Amino acid sequence: MQRPDWKERWSGLFFVAPFLVLFALFMLWPIVSGLWNSFFNTSLAGVKHQFLGLQNWQDLFGDPAVWSSLKNTLVFTAMSTPPLVIIALVMALLANRKGLLGWLLRFSYFAPFVLPATVVTLIWVWIYQPGFGLVNGLLTAGGFAEIDWLNTENRAMLAVVITTVWWTVGFNFLLYLAALQGIPAQVYEAAAIDGADGRQQLFRITLPLLSRTTGLIVVLQLVASLKIFDQIYLMTNGGPNYATRPVIQYIYETGFTSYRIGYASAISYLFFAIIVIVALAQFKLFSGRKEAVG
Amino acid sequence: MRTSWTYPKVATTVGAVILAVVWLVPLLWALDTSLKPEPETTRSPITWLPNAPTTDAYRSVIDQGDLIRWFLNSSVVSVLVTALTLLVSVLAAFGFSRTTFPGRRVLFGLIIAGILVPPQVLIVPLFQEMTGLGLVDTYWGIVLPQVVAPVMVFVLKKFFDGISRDYEDAARVDGASRWRIVWSVMVPMSRPILVAVGIFTFIGAWNNFLWPFIVTTDPSMMTIPVGLANVQGSYGLRYAQIMASAVLGGLPLLIVYALFQRHVVRGVGDAGIKG
Repeated sequence: MQRPDWKERWSGLFFVAPFLVLFALFMLWPIVSGLWNSFFNTSLAGVKHQFLGLQNWQDLFGDPAVWSSLKNTLVFTAMSTPPLVIIALVMALLANRKGLLGWLLRFSYFAPFVLPATVVTLIWVWIYQPGFGLVNGLLTAGGFAEIDWLNTENRAMLAVVITTVWWTVGFNFLLYLAALQGIPAQVYEAAAIDGADGRQQLFRITLPLLSRTTGLIVVLQLVASLKIFDQIYLMTNGGPNYATRPVIQYIYETGFTSYRIGYASAISYLFFAIIVIVALAQFKLFSGRKEAVG
Repeated sequence: MRTSWTYPKVATTVGAVILAVVWLVPLLWALDTSLKPEPETTRSPITWLPNAPTTDAYRSVIDQGDLIRWFLNSSVVSVLVTALTLLVSVLAAFGFSRTTFPGRRVLFGLIIAGILVPPQVLIVPLFQEMTGLGLVDTYWGIVLPQVVAPVMVFVLKKFFDGISRDYEDAARVDGASRWRIVWSVMVPMSRPILVAVGIFTFIGAWNNFLWPFIVTTDPSMMTIPVGLANVQGSYGLRYAQIMASAVLGGLPLLIVYALFQRHVVRGVGDAGIKG
């Protein structure tokens, strides 16, 4: 009788074991070894391994590059999040219809999201070209002066934000669309019987019922925007004059170009902490609101 | 019974179409440029349609060679990531949803906490680990870290929790083992969400830039996004060729998406991530 008992108690573990092994190897271990590294002076090859204590962490706070890359990351997040939420909502309201037109609208709004970052940036770097790019072509045709978007300090970030909104708004759009399709038709029928017009239905029914979805999308978007790297690295390489370099690029350069593994790990942890704080704070706000509504 | 075309309805339809056109213009502009002869691409003022459309740019991009290799690499990597992610996530989700074992809650909590960990902050220690394991410039080096997707386990467990235990009990009465229940009861009943999870995993793996960029140094091991990043430099100012590469790199996913759009939209709803 001993054996079936043992089997009953532990056999469930076999189902989760494959995932757990990968989780331990490729998530837990790097988390632990990264933290360990942050107390050492380690080159990429791991040859030098000199204990520094909190030196890396102290250097962090006196390093202007850390703060400017964090600032760029926050500026990008602040600029990109509102349009990524609002345009997604507008798109979902517009595309929530049946038939061929609905299909075409959904396809157009979501299509850019499936493209790799490199394809997106190849297209947009070309579009922003002075002289023969599409944006400047339109500007000059309209009688405006050309802008060298990617090489002008206070324009480059805007250019990256526009590209990002075009590329990634489709995902938020899809979340909104799913939520819209989850609202039962009877709610609108009842409102129509009570004489509510389209505008009243939008502001009194649809938008309030979407508030939880909006909360979720804002959380996901803030965290996603904070992780900005690909399109900036590919479009401006962090320039001009580091004006767009985000914190992940600084981590990458510190680790893989300057070979300062320990220091790169310390920056990673600072950044990780910021993401966790933002996510938890948002989650708290979001779940608080849920209780207020529900 | 259909309501007639009122002013707001016309206005929203027109607005929707304009927005769709705006969203498609960059794609069409890339396609348009790729069909121009090289000298026409840098003409000012810009020409909208090519005067004499040509596929020269495509031919030279393909002849130059690496694109096909990258395409192959991306296919292998994305298929492996998708298959393995589905496999280990389904098993784990079943384990957490339907079995009990000591430490189950703690382990699940740990995995949920893993959702908060941005993979981007792990690149440095992960690269060191890959160097140690000898997996730099290998498919497994690119694939394995991407298989760890706690959010998929969470979404699937939530879905499994919603499936009535009656089906399982019936299968058990018929003598089905737990493995059998996973494959013959849970998987068929959750097909829509598995398709959605699979599509998103595939898109994510195909498009992943940072990790393959870190873990590959040999051009013959690069995926399309990483390989294409070098294209702009190596082609100089040949924009038709750059755009032809971009079109070839993006087209497969656009086709996949067009075919599976219904599943993508429904799957997001089913996943219950709408809250």
